[in-house]
Amino acid sequence: MTYLLRGVRPLGGPARDVLLEGGRIADVGDRLDAAGAEVVDGDGLVALPGLVDLHTHLREPGREDAETVESGSRAAALGGFTAVHAMANTDPVADTAGVVEQVWRLGRRAGLVEVRPVGAVTVGLRGERLAELGAMADSAAAVRVFSDDGRCVDDAVLMRRALEYVKAFDGVVAQHAQEPRLTEGAQMHEGDTSAVLGLVGWPAAAEEAVVARDVLLAGHVGSRLHVCHVSTAGSVEILRWAKARGVRVTAEVTPHHLLLTDDEVRSYDPVYKVNPPLRTAADVEALRAALADGTIDAVATDHAPHAVEDKDCEWGAAAMGMTGLETALSVVQAAMVDTGLLDWAGVAERMSAAPAAIGRVPGQGGPLEPGRPANLVLVDPAARRVVDPYALATQGRNSPYRGRELPGRVVATFFRGRPTVLDGVLTEAPVHDLAEVGA
Amino acid sequence: MRHLLSAADLDTAGAVTVLDVAEQMAATQQREMKKLPTLRGRTVVNLFYEDSTRTRISFEAAAKRLSADVINFSAKGSSVSKGESLKDTALTLEAMGADAVVVRHPASGAPHRLAHAGWIRGAVVNAGDGMHEHPTQALLDAFTLRRRLRDGAPGEDLKGLRVAVVGDVLHSRVARSNVLLLERLGADVVLVAPPTLLPVGVETWPCETSYDLEAVLRGEHGDLDAVMMLRVQAERMNAAYFPSAREYSRRYGLDARRLSLLPPHAVVMHPGPMNRGLEISADAADSARSTVVEQVANGVAVRMAVLYLLLSGAPDEGIHS
Repeated sequence: MTYLLRGVRPLGGPARDVLLEGGRIADVGDRLDAAGAEVVDGDGLVALPGLVDLHTHLREPGREDAETVESGSRAAALGGFTAVHAMANTDPVADTAGVVEQVWRLGRRAGLVEVRPVGAVTVGLRGERLAELGAMADSAAAVRVFSDDGRCVDDAVLMRRALEYVKAFDGVVAQHAQEPRLTEGAQMHEGDTSAVLGLVGWPAAAEEAVVARDVLLAGHVGSRLHVCHVSTAGSVEILRWAKARGVRVTAEVTPHHLLLTDDEVRSYDPVYKVNPPLRTAADVEALRAALADGTIDAVATDHAPHAVEDKDCEWGAAAMGMTGLETALSVVQAAMVDTGLLDWAGVAERMSAAPAAIGRVPGQGGPLEPGRPANLVLVDPAARRVVDPYALATQGRNSPYRGRELPGRVVATFFRGRPTVLDGVLTEAPVHDLAEVGA
Repeated sequence: MRHLLSAADLDTAGAVTVLDVAEQMAATQQREMKKLPTLRGRTVVNLFYEDSTRTRISFEAAAKRLSADVINFSAKGSSVSKGESLKDTALTLEAMGADAVVVRHPASGAPHRLAHAGWIRGAVVNAGDGMHEHPTQALLDAFTLRRRLRDGAPGEDLKGLRVAVVGDVLHSRVARSNVLLLERLGADVVLVAPPTLLPVGVETWPCETSYDLEAVLRGEHGDLDAVMMLRVQAERMNAAYFPSAREYSRRYGLDARRLSLLPPHAVVMHPGPMNRGLEISADAADSARSTVVEQVANGVAVRMAVLYLLLSGAPDEGIHS
């Protein structure tokens, strides 16, 4: 199938026609003519390379009541993503070649987005001994990102060994930086608000101490380190210092840490309970500046759907996490683009090129040039919408943006040359090639 | 007043109103016939997720003396680990027609959630939630202070009084509610604790802080009118909040010698239950300055006032929620 995207603005630049043919970008130019092509009116739409998420919880296997690879893939496509990294904290944990291949196959079957499994660093996420990282790397899933996300690899020796070991297959350890002893029973950011609300505090230092240790370790052994969901101004300072020294460290920030503060917790509504916790306005400002100047390389959603009953309760009993796939681009537009901190080319870099490079995902991340795989998203930045969690494709209803008006709307997503989303709705047919899947 | 979740729900006039109504309620309790018909036909549920016989029977007595029907509902453990969720319990209470729910819960914010999640329509009274607040305790403390150190006349506040609150402020809902309420009533509060037992962020509270009990008792922050000792759990030493119960007692306990540092009129308060020999010695607890038993008696009058104001449709000038 051939598609002609008429008058779209690649990376927010001048209007161009983009021709998609045979799963690739065939041409980019003015007044392209392609007989027989299906024409998509792109007037006013910004074209970006398909978004790549380094941090997604798809919950399958184990918590199919919260999300499945299929439902999460739908949410991802609607959010403009063409690749997502499925976190390893499933049940069973994705700590063997068998489990990562299962998740990878489920992703192929859903066929809406490239599902890249993340492998656990340690067996069962228990932080005791290394999982078979090499086997996961060599599997059909070709795992390159390893993380015990949800848990911190707090044993310094284990972390050092993991950093060293994954060099053999160009992997990266994505650390969930949370010193466990300093955060026992922690419920929210430790500061003025936690003092008033009587909730156990989560000091910024508990994150920063691990980030500092890990950049020193990564520098020492010359390995790649990726820091998940950076949430504090102090972490930003450490990252800036490490990068200046040439440490091979990359970092991500979530959309919610770019927009929301711990002030939301005053409602005691568990929809705002998340790990790492929402921080202060000063942290939000520092994170935005760091994303703008590249100290933070990428935006990652940490999409964390939960069953309704795990949030419809008192704060202390609630699960941590927020959904994010279908609101990420809008939140980044609100926090970064509409504030003048980042242009659309910058968004493409932070939400597509950089995460694709960190995750070593071939064929994703652009650029939007002839010959490249046709993974791209068309966004209407002028649109506005009020978020209704029940109207989203994710099974999780725990969107912190419920009832909020957000800018921007994903109009179309193309995955390997075929539309997964058109006119803002999922297309009927999944994109997968049955022969390819081996079905 | 729709709910009473935090002492901050009361402005100065609202807090004074509660104390005034409590004074009227206390007067009725001197009569032979203590029962008032005010809340006849109304249902008050005591929903207690923590053992607290003292607070529960105080609320129960208050509701019964106003002729309300009282249902006691005890549930232990958190909603997720065992039994029914807070939501389902709330829906059950709503179906049974609860006009007010008095809730004690180990999770900070649970009463707030109960009041605002749309599960029930009745009034919610916070009877202590986690480390957050215990507003009726602060009200009965303020009531006790006003009676002891003021005339107890209607309309009076606590302007100019200086109160030291001593002990485990970090984990104390009593301390949080008292800081808010006493400040609102015009009193000056100084918190005294080892630095480990003061929360990060306490510097934004409307009070002073000190690590030195003796200095505060000697009047270095101004002459004290009252010292309120908080219960300290000896187990806190296992989490390194202090080295040992003995050291805590030596540095922050109130004994006879320290008691003698106070001005003659100053009173000694404790929300109970007391750890005699840890935060307070028997001499201090049993001295003529001690208001401990009085606080218990005043608790019933204050809780009658709160239930009355929430349920009787009384005018609520100055009271917001």
